[in-house]
Amino acid sequence: MWANEVAHTTPEANHLTDKIEVDGRPTDVIDELGKPIGPTWSSRFFLGADGNGRDIMVRLLYGGRNSLLIGLLASLGTIVLGLLIGLLAGYYRGRVDAFVGWLLDVIWAFPVILLGVALGTALAVGGLELGPLTIEGDSLTIPILIIAIVYIPYLARPVRGRVLALREREFVEAARAQGMGSARIVFSEIMPNLLSTVAVMLPLLVVNAILLEAALSFLGAGVQAPNASWGTMIAEGVERIISAPHLAIVPGAMLVATVLSLAVFGEGVRKVLDPKAEVRIEH
Amino acid sequence: MGSGMARFVVRRLVSMALVLFAVSAIVFAIFNVIPGGDPAVRMAGKIPTETQVEAIREEWGFDEPVYVQYAKTMEKLFSGDLISYYTQLNVTDEILNGAPRTFALAIGASIVWMAFAIALGLYGAIRQGAMSDRLLNALALVGISMPVFWLGAMLSHYLGTELGLFPSGGYVEFLDSPSEWLWHLVLPWFTLAVLFIGIYSRVLRADVIETMGEDYVRAARAKGLSERRVMVRHVLRNSLIPIVTLWGLDFGAVLGGGAILTEQVFSLQGVGQYAADAIGQSDVPAVMGVVMYGAFFIVVFNALVDIAYAALDPRIRLEGRAGK
Repeated sequence: MWANEVAHTTPEANHLTDKIEVDGRPTDVIDELGKPIGPTWSSRFFLGADGNGRDIMVRLLYGGRNSLLIGLLASLGTIVLGLLIGLLAGYYRGRVDAFVGWLLDVIWAFPVILLGVALGTALAVGGLELGPLTIEGDSLTIPILIIAIVYIPYLARPVRGRVLALREREFVEAARAQGMGSARIVFSEIMPNLLSTVAVMLPLLVVNAILLEAALSFLGAGVQAPNASWGTMIAEGVERIISAPHLAIVPGAMLVATVLSLAVFGEGVRKVLDPKAEVRIEH
Repeated sequence: MGSGMARFVVRRLVSMALVLFAVSAIVFAIFNVIPGGDPAVRMAGKIPTETQVEAIREEWGFDEPVYVQYAKTMEKLFSGDLISYYTQLNVTDEILNGAPRTFALAIGASIVWMAFAIALGLYGAIRQGAMSDRLLNALALVGISMPVFWLGAMLSHYLGTELGLFPSGGYVEFLDSPSEWLWHLVLPWFTLAVLFIGIYSRVLRADVIETMGEDYVRAARAKGLSERRVMVRHVLRNSLIPIVTLWGLDFGAVLGGGAILTEQVFSLQGVGQYAADAIGQSDVPAVMGVVMYGAFFIVVFNALVDIAYAALDPRIRLEGRAGK
């Protein structure tokens, strides 16, 4: 998050012809054969350079910022939309519920990665123009939106189930007897009771969103160049894995470490709030 | 299996068809609304003349309203005459070419993940709280956190290219050489299976522990049945139900596009890779074909799971649509 405070260069800047001191000798960042330098373990090119002479450590910091930002914002989007849909379905039941159930089935039936890649590549070329709203093709908004929509059923289904049970409880009836309107009952009486469900889901949603972003970027449909994310860095690394394996190992390891710690954190939250809940992680 | 069951199955099939219709319409709309360039102009070659473009537009029906184009595309999809804009090859044939590869990958991987998940889940439950159980738990979390494509690339590079233990990618037809076929699929199977081993073994472990506390299990023990018999006949039998449900959903999802990353990393040339290529070229007919193929498997396996549940538990039928 504080990448710009720490970094000595920008993630886009390349140092193709630069020389740096390694063990007291000046060394090319990229050698004559185009092979980038490996980890130097010193302040510049700490983890080495990539094929364009860009500092991996710096790109890692900026890329991580994008990965985390997308993960968080997409999960928040899922939560807002999922809560709204789940509340509507659970509270109004009947036709609304049937329609919402069908809608969720449709989202569920989309092959997630295929849809994400389809939208991502199509939008990356031309961007999106919806009335007054214009989104640039290389904007981070596109992967965020795609990921947020795809995971709605994961949240909306459990929320609907909880609301169905909650709406029959005494405190809701009491509110109704006091003459409260539906909107107030839904938002000020029922919604606070859903917080634990949301708190259990949030870390898992972030984990899934980060992994899906990485997968989309890996297939070229997520974050667009020159922006970096861990997914795009792995994709670049895999292409040169034979000459410079550190290009793929480093961002991958960062991704695993981040996701793993989030998953462990999520596990802890779940144990505290909801020991019996069965929550799934899926890509 | 009465008329109630039959009604349930019919209702499930109708909703399945509606979902598939919606998916196809949305995908078609997306690719027609989004500025991907006029397909007629691209097909006409590098320096198109206006008359050439017009001719192509007429021949392929691009001048007709969107809903007519949609209806024609769907009609061709079902009769198997859908032709790619880009390669001019038949889409159904291409999907059928890739399908055996994707199926070989998905079926093999699911055997691997079920076998490992059951073994590890049972072991963890029996050794509950011991060092080995905790280690397995940690390993499962690592497996869940690993991006498939990264794991695949690492395995392919280190075990394939560097050590030469396995081929680093590619696919060999089973009929050409069964041993080579198997050899080429070992790494992709494990790559795809790791995530699911992590999830399933944890679900199974939790369920086995819960079942072991049930009265009928204690009764079986009290009858003097051997520990092995109790575990297999009474505990495992019950605990397998949630796992098999998950398997139904995940297997459908893997066939329907979940295998795309593994196929890509190991260049297996299955349906997933065909899909990725088609999407990259905004090849609408191919994309439609592939998405419908994927959605079909997801929906069918969802329905199968629902129906199997309803057959086992009559309460679900009475409730109508059971919330998932």
